[in-house]
Amino acid sequence: MDKILISGNWACGEAAIRAGCRFYAGYPITPQNELTEYMAEHMRQAENGTFIQAESEIAAVNMVLGASAAGARAMTSSSSPGISLKQEGISALAADELPAVIVNMMRGGPGLGNILPSQGDYYQATRGGGHGDYRTIVLAPASVQELADLTMEAFDLADAYRNPVMILGDGMTGQMMEPVVFGKPRPRRYSEKYVLKGCGAGKSRFVRGLILDALRMEEHNWKLVRKYNVIAQKEVRFETFRTDNAKLVIIAYGIAARIAKGAINRLRDSGYRVGLIRPITLWPFPAQILRDTAERIGNFLVFEMSTGQMLDDVKLALDGRARVSFYGRPGGVVPTPAELAKAIVQEYQR
Amino acid sequence: MQIKTVFAGFGGQGVLMMGYSLAHAAMNEGLHVTYLPSYGAEVRGGTANCTVAVSDEEIASPVASQPDFIVAMNGPSLMAFQTRIAPGGAFFLNSSIVEGRPNRADVTVFEIPAAGIASELGSPRVQNVVMMGAYVKATRLVSADTYLKSLKSILGGRKKAAMDVNRKAFSAGYDSID
Repeated sequence: MDKILISGNWACGEAAIRAGCRFYAGYPITPQNELTEYMAEHMRQAENGTFIQAESEIAAVNMVLGASAAGARAMTSSSSPGISLKQEGISALAADELPAVIVNMMRGGPGLGNILPSQGDYYQATRGGGHGDYRTIVLAPASVQELADLTMEAFDLADAYRNPVMILGDGMTGQMMEPVVFGKPRPRRYSEKYVLKGCGAGKSRFVRGLILDALRMEEHNWKLVRKYNVIAQKEVRFETFRTDNAKLVIIAYGIAARIAKGAINRLRDSGYRVGLIRPITLWPFPAQILRDTAERIGNFLVFEMSTGQMLDDVKLALDGRARVSFYGRPGGVVPTPAELAKAIVQEYQR
Repeated sequence: MQIKTVFAGFGGQGVLMMGYSLAHAAMNEGLHVTYLPSYGAEVRGGTANCTVAVSDEEIASPVASQPDFIVAMNGPSLMAFQTRIAPGGAFFLNSSIVEGRPNRADVTVFEIPAAGIASELGSPRVQNVVMMGAYVKATRLVSADTYLKSLKSILGGRKKAAMDVNRKAFSAGYDSID
């Protein structure tokens, strides 16, 4: 398979179709418009593919819920303000235990904010986002290649756990182009037990999120928790970079982690022993590798393009085992590796 | 080696195409590359720019705070970017249109009358490829051969005549500097 030069938004759309996504509903918003555009053009060329530009973000996510209940691999995408609107549907997907992939190319917030790359939706993505006791699996790509790979994987994870999976990118991952080699599609493996496709003479099936009986609702909550515990056990993904003999470790995800790598390479050249742990799954959060690392290294610096959200998860994971400092650039600012390196040096010398 | 270039000009001058074609050629030479278009609340006839990073190792940030090369297809682009260029960097000016000259003494300036050359070729639209001819020759980031092959694959199924005029434009730009 040849390398092609492609933008993150297009690569995400192409990867989804290759993964067997046959239902896409979306509503335009910058900086993820090219993903909707790609689906508009290419979904109709895919066998049995459906593209719908919905009347709103809320309609789009609920169409995805319907398509998923009917057995389709289904996806919707948006950017921060639009993802807020989708939360009702994501909560319903989690309650109904339906697989779906939701893409968020984050922009500056809160409110309408701006259309520049940002990481301010970490809380929303990793804490469920909508109402109720639930979790979404959250995948954070740092390159267009990884965005393509994780998009394909997201559909498998959604099926395996019958749970919504969120791809958490940002304006830059969506807009920039890089060479990509697309992975081979894998056959879809899932239990069709839940799919509403007409029961014929058999037993009726229900997909239900409204459970009025308290004890039954409680049991449904614990059932979800048991599933989340399995996910937390089995699906943690992360990358470590130059952490051997490090005196300070940066924790960063997505595009911020790339900038961190640039800063680390500069600093290593001038003798600073710094490394990186890059969470790839933001939920489940890679807490164990942080705790293991803290046995050797006592100084951590969290870098986010926000005012400090993943910072909470790092502190929870380390639970006082190491010193944790923070460097953040919210609002659509993408700092340079040089700027970050300066911030690292300040903490390094403490 | 890591080289970042900003291509800037009016919307319609083929500025994004310049960056895209360079990125394509760099990929085909096996280099690491990122291409980042400017996007935002754009206006018709307004300015456009893109940033291309080319490297022999993984690229950290696709943003250029200090571009090594700046290709300015119009006057406002020169004004906008001249303070940001890295010391020792180079400007490529579309000298048929750009009247000003950089206020920096620590950079090289290539003056290429790209718009004029393209008009002489009978196709003002190829001024971007004229400029790329000069850019490829001066920077040696990619070979002329790879660039032209990449351009051909980008133009794809379009008329052979389109590639012919682009090839002529590239050569004219290539020969316009020493």
